[in-house]
Amino acid sequence: MGASQTRPEHNYDDLTDKSGCNRDDLDRIPALNNNPIRKQIITAFFDKRNQHQNDVGSLDEIGFEQFLMVMSHFRPVNSTATEEEKVTVRKQKLRFLFNMHDTDNDGIITLDEYRTVVEELLSQSGAIETEVARSIADAAMLEVASTNVPHMAPDDFYEGITFEHFEQILKGIEMESRMSIRFLDMNTATMRCGKLSS
Amino acid sequence: MAPIQRSSTLRLTGLLCLLFLVFFSRGFASHDAVSEKSSGTIQEDSRGQANSTAHKKTFPVLSFNYEHVRTPFEISLWILLALFMKLGFHIIPTVSHIVPESCLLIFVGLLVGGIIKATGEQPPVLDSNLFFLYLLPPIILDAGYFLPMRPFTENIGTILMFAVVGTLWNVFFIGGMMYAVCQIDAAKLAHVDLLSCLLFGSIISAVDPVSVLAVFEEIHINELLHILVFGESLLNDAVTVVLYHLFKEFAHEQAITVTGAVLGVISFFVVSLGGVMVGVIYGIVGAFTSRFTSYSRVIEPLFVFLYSYMAYLSAEIFHLSGIMSLIACGVIMRPYVEANISHKSYTTVKYFLKMWSSVSDTLIFIFLGVSTVAGPHTWNWIFVIFTVIFCLVSRVLGVIGLTAFINKFRIVKLTKKDQFIIAYGGLRGAIAFSLGFLLNNNEIKNLFLTAIITVIFFTVFVQGMTIRPLVELLAVKKKKESKESINEEIHTQFLDHLLTGIEDICGHYGHHHWKDKLNRFNKTYVKRWLIAGERSTEPQLISFYNKMELKQAMMMVESGSAAKLPTIVSTVSIRNVQAKGSPKPSRAISKSREEEIRRVLRANLQNTRQRLRSYSRYELLNDALEDDISEARFRKQKEMERRMSHYLTVPANRQETPPVRKVFFQPEHKVYTYDDSESPRGRASPSCADDVSELKETPEKPDQSSTPRANRDAELKPKEQDDQGDQLKVSRCLSDPGPNPEDDEDSTFLP
Repeated sequence: MGASQTRPEHNYDDLTDKSGCNRDDLDRIPALNNNPIRKQIITAFFDKRNQHQNDVGSLDEIGFEQFLMVMSHFRPVNSTATEEEKVTVRKQKLRFLFNMHDTDNDGIITLDEYRTVVEELLSQSGAIETEVARSIADAAMLEVASTNVPHMAPDDFYEGITFEHFEQILKGIEMESRMSIRFLDMNTATMRCGKLSS
Repeated sequence: MAPIQRSSTLRLTGLLCLLFLVFFSRGFASHDAVSEKSSGTIQEDSRGQANSTAHKKTFPVLSFNYEHVRTPFEISLWILLALFMKLGFHIIPTVSHIVPESCLLIFVGLLVGGIIKATGEQPPVLDSNLFFLYLLPPIILDAGYFLPMRPFTENIGTILMFAVVGTLWNVFFIGGMMYAVCQIDAAKLAHVDLLSCLLFGSIISAVDPVSVLAVFEEIHINELLHILVFGESLLNDAVTVVLYHLFKEFAHEQAITVTGAVLGVISFFVVSLGGVMVGVIYGIVGAFTSRFTSYSRVIEPLFVFLYSYMAYLSAEIFHLSGIMSLIACGVIMRPYVEANISHKSYTTVKYFLKMWSSVSDTLIFIFLGVSTVAGPHTWNWIFVIFTVIFCLVSRVLGVIGLTAFINKFRIVKLTKKDQFIIAYGGLRGAIAFSLGFLLNNNEIKNLFLTAIITVIFFTVFVQGMTIRPLVELLAVKKKKESKESINEEIHTQFLDHLLTGIEDICGHYGHHHWKDKLNRFNKTYVKRWLIAGERSTEPQLISFYNKMELKQAMMMVESGSAAKLPTIVSTVSIRNVQAKGSPKPSRAISKSREEEIRRVLRANLQNTRQRLRSYSRYELLNDALEDDISEARFRKQKEMERRMSHYLTVPANRQETPPVRKVFFQPEHKVYTYDDSESPRGRASPSCADDVSELKETPEKPDQSSTPRANRDAELKPKEQDDQGDQLKVSRCLSDPGPNPEDDEDSTFLP
């Protein structure tokens, strides 16, 4: 993982007197205003689960290292990586996504959580009735259930999407390449740490 | 034994038909002279008769006038020939597995050309005008209109590199090397100068979209490679056009000047960007027009075709790249037009494009074969052999070199296997031939034409035939069967937003940032202008969802009762997914959409009904799988019907529709009824209550097996209690997904 892999936020300027950044700082980034899922993105930065430390809960402030931990999920896979490495990386990225959806951290994405996801996605598009979002979420849930647990008795209740099911439905998307950002133009000389003063 | 005999008789019949057609057309041609004379005399006679009664000629009851219809007649014959050949190859399976269709068609062309020549006539040559104005545009439009945008835009950098830099490299390498070859005394080619060689290089080095399409379509290679080679073949047109005209001018003047070279570079940008701009303009105008075509749906497809064709022709007026113009027009027009036109028009556009491109494709290859037999050839061993060798060498070197450079910028690197396929897939085709044909008539032209034809034959035959086994051998990734999945769509969009957000946080203006900006621009400004009505504000996810629903409704209807339901052999229903709770009624589709779905279903209901009539009930339900399927199907169709009826009830102003719907849902045939078995049962088990949909007042009898199910997805959540007529209640109970009711009911069908 490299500190060399990323460029610092441009709002690190006003962190000179703070030791880390908190949600408001990220909230203030103007470009994020148009993003329908900004809340989830910001939450993800403060989610302890993404810090690779098997911790749960959320932080109030993050320092540069934690910031980088989160960013490290978006590294592209090295082309010389072996198959297992690729699988691990893929799992890691999927896990990040899964954590974004599974807000109560019970290990499954329930219907309500999924509905929230769809509603957020559609939130930017003007007045969409919630019913539409619901039915889309229900449809998606049904699809997951049908592909993963094809034969359920009528009274069974499909609790929610587990991580394995999540992997299964997204196996068509090549996560390793899709979920990566190319930080091509990094110049380590100009990189500053969040803690300017120290 | 029987199939072999059958296939051989078919082959024989095919051959006989072919011969018959050819002789027929030739026979008519030779009748020309005769008919002219005879029609001349007839005219004379009638005039004579009018003037004087001295001539007593009998009134011709049956006359023969072929000249009158000659051209359309011959054209039709040629097209018929092409179609028979296409049909023939598909009837005979063994050959088409080994040899790609294009090879067979060229072979047929050779045969036909040979026959024509043998009868002493001059076989028709592939006229460049005919090719560029009539045969090429449908293929390009078909390709451009259905271009998969996501992989194309993701790989646009790579594609442009291959198209521009790769083609330039090919041109100069081949041109230069051929000039070197021409200097060899043994070749006796000293009269071929550098400029002519460069001109030759520019003609021969472009990868041909027609051939690539023809061959790659059959090998089902993975999307990335397909779009790389195909995209390259489309975009290198600009380079080819510029270089061709440039060298032609230079060859004419016998000198290269620096200003000339600079102008050439400028001309390249003008040609490519100008072509794209012309296409974009026509595309926008076309999209705008389609906004108003709801007044006359029948002519909608024509707008699509005509605007695209005009884009092509307009670009050709100014010597801009017609192919790029056509592609740009199709790409720009498509999302807006599809949102505006009716479902039927969409199908029409799709099928007409496929039909025309198919016919064009076939005709091109046949004519290529015929022209080979026809044209004057100057065969020079050294020239031809070296051309072929250098084409291959330059292609391989170019691909390897470029990939090494491009891989630095790609996330998904191109492996050696990929490079091999890209290099091997660089097929030449009819465009090269037509461009060569347009050269000024001199001795060099024939030399060039012969070489061009040889290269085309080599690439199409040798490379075309061997690419399939090589793909198998190298275990190249094949195209994956993509099921449209709403989950993938949701997550793709989610990922897009996520990555854009991350990029924004970093202040990194990358790929996603710009794409997001473009999408937002599109949504706020463009869509409002170009899409009619409320669809303009429909977010992509919803339109995707609606499209999927419609497709599934169609699929259900069309597959009738012998359903091949892809993913639905699953007993999971919406009930399993939803918490027992208080769900509200929800209207998932907007009114106009629902109208459309209804219309579509109505139209198809008629067909399904008739089809079902002929099925035996017993066969329907015999195996266990069918049981499962029927079960799932009944459930789905219940959901659909519930939803439909729901639409009727929710808004007050839709009261008038129920009567209409009633008409359709009269169960006319025994096959359909749940109803028969319903009434005796009259069960109202409490578990039914959960599933009840809001059927406030629908008196119609749900038409079970023929009611198309909207889709297997979100159905209306269990709503509040409903307590309409018994029948409804019972039907609702039956809709309750439980194996027992279903089974019982199935059994009642078997007397």
